Amino acid sequence: MHKVKYIGGSLIILLAFWQIVTWLGGWNEALFPSPLGTVRGLGELLASGVLAADIRASLSRFALGYISAVVLAMALGLVLGWYKKIWNYLNPVAQVLRPVSPVAWLPFIVLFFGIGEMPALVIIFIAAFFPVLLATVAAVQGMEPVYLKVAKNFGIGQPQILGKIVFPAVFPRIATGLHLALGTAWVFLVAGEMAGAQSGLGFLIIDARNNLRADWLMAAILTIGVLGLVLDGIVSYLEGQIYRRWGLTRRT
Amino acid sequence: MSYIKVEDVSRQFTKADGSVFQALDHVDLEIKQGEFICLLGPSGCGKSTLLNILAGFEGASAGTVTIDGQTVAKPSPKYVTIFQNYGLLPWRTVLKNVELGLEEQQLPADEREKIARHYLEVVGLQDFADSHPAELSGGMQQRVAIARALAVDPEIIFMDEPFAALDALTRMKLQDEVSAICREQKKTIIFVTHDIDEAVVLADRIVVMTPNPGQIKTILPVDLHGQRDRTSPDFWDIRERVFECFALKPEDKTEYYI
Repeated sequence: MHKVKYIGGSLIILLAFWQIVTWLGGWNEALFPSPLGTVRGLGELLASGVLAADIRASLSRFALGYISAVVLAMALGLVLGWYKKIWNYLNPVAQVLRPVSPVAWLPFIVLFFGIGEMPALVIIFIAAFFPVLLATVAAVQGMEPVYLKVAKNFGIGQPQILGKIVFPAVFPRIATGLHLALGTAWVFLVAGEMAGAQSGLGFLIIDARNNLRADWLMAAILTIGVLGLVLDGIVSYLEGQIYRRWGLTRRT
Repeated sequence: MSYIKVEDVSRQFTKADGSVFQALDHVDLEIKQGEFICLLGPSGCGKSTLLNILAGFEGASAGTVTIDGQTVAKPSPKYVTIFQNYGLLPWRTVLKNVELGLEEQQLPADEREKIARHYLEVVGLQDFADSHPAELSGGMQQRVAIARALAVDPEIIFMDEPFAALDALTRMKLQDEVSAICREQKKTIIFVTHDIDEAVVLADRIVVMTPNPGQIKTILPVDLHGQRDRTSPDFWDIRERVFECFALKPEDKTEYYI
């Protein structure tokens, strides 16, 4: 009940602030939209089906980039975490590449992959890849040794041990990395789609700007925010399930 | 002929500052099949190190360990270890945990489940087969670990302070259960503990160990048979002898005048 009160309250504060800024600024509606204008613009985008199509395009692109990054990073992380010697040589490289914003690679990405569909995908991939890789390696290296002892005791051999024991044992810790990567990748989705994609929410933002439709721009921004929140909510829920199943108390 | 033979085993660790820690110093021990042995001593006496070497998790720096005539080189499902923190896999149900060791044997799935359910019944947890470990109390989790060990029908069960994390009453209850189950299943048990009462309740022979360097001080036979009564005079007599070994019994300094 309290939650509804807080959400409603924060919405009212946002709208009031926004309306006041609009009045005080006195800008042209095409440059900075009022709340009401944005709602009208959102209505137009919904009615024409443009928004639905762009959401679909963004989400499928996001899913492809994120999931492929996660699968690859977890597989690689498991192996590299296990073979500590190899990781010792790769760790410095990963540490140097990790803090670089994926968008900085854009000129090279365009050079390698051209414009259109690929840059957005590659940027989402890079954004998700490093947090998951580093979380997986750290989780494998910090694994409770008793699980390995049990596995060895029961004669569980080298290939099965990774899938049967190590991966499930470290999964709760990887889940934190997955969550972090989801947020980061979502932020970079828009940037990626601004590089020549012909659909998606990032494209909608460019398109709205080029057409001087600030109301559409604002509607797209709000959509991105709400979708990001929903994705985060889903992942938080799944994380909670995992933690419960594994019998861990959730870190708050 | 003895079943387990520890001959002149030493184990050193190099500490972070470069100094050498002598965890075990020229240890000899012989154990017969079906014996219940407690390794008893304070921390640092090398009892867990000795157990780890016997179970094949660690190598000895010097000396040899043989079980049934074979040199111990690596862990084997014939000798299962039960750990203090249970070592259950939290993502598996109780039943699937008990099945873990059976999965490496080429058994059909229904046969595996039948065996697992049987041993859950032995430890009295048949109604918790579909629970996850986190839903069980510490005592119940340790019973699952015991069922998992028994399920592969090992010759030896190693126990590394298995009840140290449990409250006193649960611990006593589990001691009686383990004692009954293990004697019934005719397993050889090597049990590490720092609890004198626990050793007297469980063991056929108590191997008393002392630290710096880790050595066997003496081996005390416990000639109490079957279910042991913690309040009987015989029990207290043996308990007292263990106390004397550790020099924990105050000397009687009263002077008598007639």
